Amino acid sequence: MMRSYVLRRLGGMAAVMFLVATVVFVIAHVIPGDPAAVMLGPSATAADIAALRVRLGLDAPLPLQYLDFLRSVAALRLGDSVFLGQTVTAALAERAPLTLTLTLMAATLATLIGVPVGILSAVKRGSVLDQAVTAVSMAAASVPSFWIGLTLIEYLAVQWRLLPVAGYGPPDAGALTHMRYLILPAIAVGLPNMALIIRFTRTSMLDVLHEDYVRTARAKGLAPGTVIIKHAFRNARTQVLTILGLVVSGLLGGAIVTETVFGLPGVGNLVVSAVLRRDYPVIQGALLVISGIYVLVNLVIDLLYAALDPRVRY
Amino acid sequence: MRHSIRGFGTSVSATLAAAAPRHVSPARLLLRRLVRRKLVLLSLLVLALVFAAAAAAPWVAPYAPQRMDILHRLAAPSALHWFGSDDFGRDVLSRCLWGARTSLTVGLLVVVIAGLAGTALGVAAGYLRRLDGVLMRVTDAMMAFPDILLAIALMAALGASAANVVIALGVVYTPRVARVARGGTLVLRELQFVEAAEALGAGGRRIMLVHLLPNLLSALLVQCTFLFAASILTEAGLSFLGAGVPPTVPTWGNMIAAAQQYMDRAQWLILAPGLCIVLTVLALQVVGDGLRDALDPKLRRIR
Repeated sequence: MMRSYVLRRLGGMAAVMFLVATVVFVIAHVIPGDPAAVMLGPSATAADIAALRVRLGLDAPLPLQYLDFLRSVAALRLGDSVFLGQTVTAALAERAPLTLTLTLMAATLATLIGVPVGILSAVKRGSVLDQAVTAVSMAAASVPSFWIGLTLIEYLAVQWRLLPVAGYGPPDAGALTHMRYLILPAIAVGLPNMALIIRFTRTSMLDVLHEDYVRTARAKGLAPGTVIIKHAFRNARTQVLTILGLVVSGLLGGAIVTETVFGLPGVGNLVVSAVLRRDYPVIQGALLVISGIYVLVNLVIDLLYAALDPRVRY
Repeated sequence: MRHSIRGFGTSVSATLAAAAPRHVSPARLLLRRLVRRKLVLLSLLVLALVFAAAAAAPWVAPYAPQRMDILHRLAAPSALHWFGSDDFGRDVLSRCLWGARTSLTVGLLVVVIAGLAGTALGVAAGYLRRLDGVLMRVTDAMMAFPDILLAIALMAALGASAANVVIALGVVYTPRVARVARGGTLVLRELQFVEAAEALGAGGRRIMLVHLLPNLLSALLVQCTFLFAASILTEAGLSFLGAGVPPTVPTWGNMIAAAQQYMDRAQWLILAPGLCIVLTVLALQVVGDGLRDALDPKLRRIR
């Protein structure tokens, strides 16, 4: 039963990734404008442009380019960067661990604080604490992560010297040193998403706390903590899981912007510099990798969902 | 995604209930409910102020946004420059006001484009079964990219300009509106009044435009408020990264990007445009929440 469910979900994931690849192709090839001309700039000669078009395979008919593109994506061959002197796969493999670590740290932070605070806020509904939490989380969800990043740099790093300002430490430094450099960025990325998690957790808990079985558990005389954790949250956690799936996209997007603020050599930094230099193969590769991570995380969440909630039918 | 459909059903039935007392117009009733909550009222006032400031920027801004004053570079806030001046001696307050023009115009146009396109696609997907599978898989694929990344990629293909930011963000947010419109349509089309209209021989186009669309408006209005907030944030992010509105145009994101290198000497350069973004987005979110509560009695009771 479970196995066929997993297989079916894997099939669904492949279908979405096929469409994702198609969207990526459409963005780069169908939108008017000649990538080769844009990449080389206004000073390029017609011959240079034609040569680059051949190198990038842009001279072939569009359907052929599309098939070719799909074939190389399936084989994880993402082409060569125009400026970096390395393959896109190599460039991404070099930078993806940082982006993933940053996203994971931010997700951990946002969840570890967001879920308990959301539960507490729901349990103490209407109290001063609840109102304060609601106000703060609403405000935090309205702040751009890059602005939080800059403010954190200014106060925590420059003025109070608590944490490193920017960068990623020397390349041969241990994992712990790297993580130290990622603390501020993780806060900047995590904060707006933590706010979302708090608000969603609170709503899910409120839904559950109104159920009859919670009243029954209370009437039985169970300790309030037991009722909240064992009875209420157990049933709200699948909803919380769904929320986590939804914030993954926000976390990855936040990481992309925040890397630029802190000068971290991750996928985000790679994409932004690729956009400024019109390095299309790199942009395409990054789009595929980031959306691939998103789709994968959501697959895992769907599977966990089925494992946690017996009511979910395979 | 799993919740959108259920949450939607309640707000649709709420609209039907809200329309019941005949003597008060629904819009009036909605406004009365909105204003009753002080925070929502305050946010509406903030929004009115921001919109007014943006509209009146050419007349109320103390200086021209590009006017340089080399003698007063990086001046701290004072009576001369209320929010200080930047590295070219340009007045930060004036640039914030002009920035509001750009940000709000971009945000509004994105809401119009994504709102119209998303509604059309969503209602069509929800009502015409044949289209549903394809359209929803495509929105799935587009929503697999973080907003900002898809916007960056589109901007790379389109080229940096304010008009292209509108197009890019319109494309990015259309699937989100389509999702909501589809969810609502799926609920509504099972209701009896749609069945009755079908039995009377109404065609697909008439059902969608006359029977489904009006009943979706309240939910779409809420969605569009949040969309407005999201587009302002994403536009600021794009400008900040240098992939949005060209850096010479004063926008809140551009101002923060330019201020980065003077952060240690002139915090007001980052503070002023940042607060503009936060206040506007926060006010929009509060109004969006207020709208949703006002349109949905069930949610209000739970709170």
